[in-house]
Amino acid sequence: MNLHEYQSKRLLADYGVPVPRGGVAFSPDEARSCALQIGGERWAVKAQVHSGGRGKAGGVKLCSSEDEVAAAAHALLGSELVTSQSGGKGLPVHAVLVEEVRGIAREIYLSVLVDRSSATIMFLASGEGGMDIEAVAAGSPEKILSSRIHPAAGFQPYQGRDIGYALGLDAAQIGTLVRLMAGMYRLFVEKDLSQIEINPLIVTAEGELLALDAKIGIDDNALFAHPELAGLRDASQEDARENAAREHGLSYVTLGGNIGCMVNGAGLAMATMDMVKLHGGEPANFLDVGGGATAEKVAEAFKLILSDSGVRAVLVNIFGGIVRCDLIAEGLIAAVREVRVAVPVVVRLEGTNAGEGRALLERSGLAIIAADELDEAARKAVEAAA
Amino acid sequence: MSILIGKDTRVICQGFTGKQATFHSRQCLDYGTQLVGGVTPGKGGSRHLDLPVFNTVREAVAATGANASMIYVPPPFAADAILEAADAGISVIVCITEGIPVLHMLKVKAALASYDAVLIGPNCPGIITPDECKIGIMPGFIHRKGSIGIVSRSGTLTYEAVYQTTRVGLGQSTCVGIGGDPIKGLDFIDVLGMFEEDPDTAGIIMVGEIGGSAEEDAAEFIQAHVSKPVVGYIAGLTAPPGKRMGHAGAIITGGKGTGAGKVEAMRRAGVEMVDSLSDMGRRMLELLKN
Repeated sequence: MNLHEYQSKRLLADYGVPVPRGGVAFSPDEARSCALQIGGERWAVKAQVHSGGRGKAGGVKLCSSEDEVAAAAHALLGSELVTSQSGGKGLPVHAVLVEEVRGIAREIYLSVLVDRSSATIMFLASGEGGMDIEAVAAGSPEKILSSRIHPAAGFQPYQGRDIGYALGLDAAQIGTLVRLMAGMYRLFVEKDLSQIEINPLIVTAEGELLALDAKIGIDDNALFAHPELAGLRDASQEDARENAAREHGLSYVTLGGNIGCMVNGAGLAMATMDMVKLHGGEPANFLDVGGGATAEKVAEAFKLILSDSGVRAVLVNIFGGIVRCDLIAEGLIAAVREVRVAVPVVVRLEGTNAGEGRALLERSGLAIIAADELDEAARKAVEAAA
Repeated sequence: MSILIGKDTRVICQGFTGKQATFHSRQCLDYGTQLVGGVTPGKGGSRHLDLPVFNTVREAVAATGANASMIYVPPPFAADAILEAADAGISVIVCITEGIPVLHMLKVKAALASYDAVLIGPNCPGIITPDECKIGIMPGFIHRKGSIGIVSRSGTLTYEAVYQTTRVGLGQSTCVGIGGDPIKGLDFIDVLGMFEEDPDTAGIIMVGEIGGSAEEDAAEFIQAHVSKPVVGYIAGLTAPPGKRMGHAGAIITGGKGTGAGKVEAMRRAGVEMVDSLSDMGRRMLELLKN
């Protein structure tokens, strides 16, 4: 789960990370009050959406009067922002962050995340702040500094000094950086985060360090321990079908093709998508109904898949291990009847009682196309969708 | 022969009296696993599935001589259960639980370095040596004693590989589901090394998926240390970046962990990669005939 910039900055400020003075606004009037409260002569009005690349997409407006701030908020609020990272989709803007504008001497990149291969929490930093860090990593990996934190020792000040000196900061700034990184680490472990990214961390014209933009990701598996964070979820920034799936204990990802996929197991669900593509089709979704696929879950899964109007055929791929294929077939038949599935459904059942399952499907009188192997099933689904 | 577990492995189940644990413990018993008891704090002294229940793993080990554990404890308490098993001297710990916070696993992983215990999982189907010992949730009947070692991050894809090798008549030596989480116990490299050493394993099927760099690391390892034929498959070639595909660890981030990169790395290391999932068993049979 991701947080908005304003939510991320509040958390960071709570842990001693310096952020620009600012306030969140949900209306032009509130934006104007924020500007008044902040004072000064220049403000940034920033659309709050779960995506990077907001500046280039027109989601950040610089203003020189309170009227301009209100006008910028008016223009942004209620609009949809399409950024280079939003996957072609428009993300609704329900809030803006109004902030003081500070002179920038330099921009730094600083993040903390879990490094899988070393199984440690790791800081990443670069003097090339404000840029797409993936581009920096690809083009000039030597410019990325990293520091791994031992789980028993926790963050140590030398790790901040290492990065501070390597970045060429002055003594006072390095002192700030060490405290700031200690705060980030503490926030990361106390709130079970998956990522904190400050990009850029600026050195102001006056030489202060300030988190100009920030993004926080939270480990969904740890939300049970942090109800205060769970309440910060903004479902409007997420895919509606993916959210609906989560409520039913299904794992769903929208992909945009025309062949709906229903599979048990995450690995097999990915393999099914790949197989559709291999046969020249385009999967509409990833959908894992879980190991214990019940008739109820299968029905919910059908509803989800068919709520995507682009779906021209459905491919069901179930490996019945613990769950018997004849029971799954019964569930499928009931679901196809209940949901009134109007597109061709190709089913591959394998595993326990697969033969009985297939026989049930054939006797059902429904337009279900049976297949023995995944290869064949994918080919038939691609043909049916064409 | 086999790796990690066999007919002499004595297994306990942690979280024994829960619904899932009860169902799968019964399946393991039916398969012939030497399940010798279970642990549910507060229920020590009672019996479940006609086996003794203990309050602590330490008591269970002392009373039963168990050397392996199968964990079904819910996510918030699973880290505690894994470390309890390690501290009580269990040597093979299999954690089935899905949904353990990543930072819990970081601590577990660091702490396990001080023990001799091997952790399989979490978020995995478990491990099976056909006809001898099944620890986990995999359907026993699809297996057949044989010569192929299978290692996979995905449960259902392990079953596919198992079923195919059974149908072509090769069977399996041992199958290890290492799990779909980003931070886990045994990884590909560990299991590949064991299969290479195991005299009864003639060939290896390795099933990977997007996310992380374990497959790339495995490719390097195979090139340097594995002489047996390896058939490989990677799931998620069509997965979009930044999206978690069901498994907590199946996500392409920062351009890293793509399926294409993994396939390329494994192919370069001499692994026989199949494009179609259905070809794993057939391809292995061809390799072993030549």
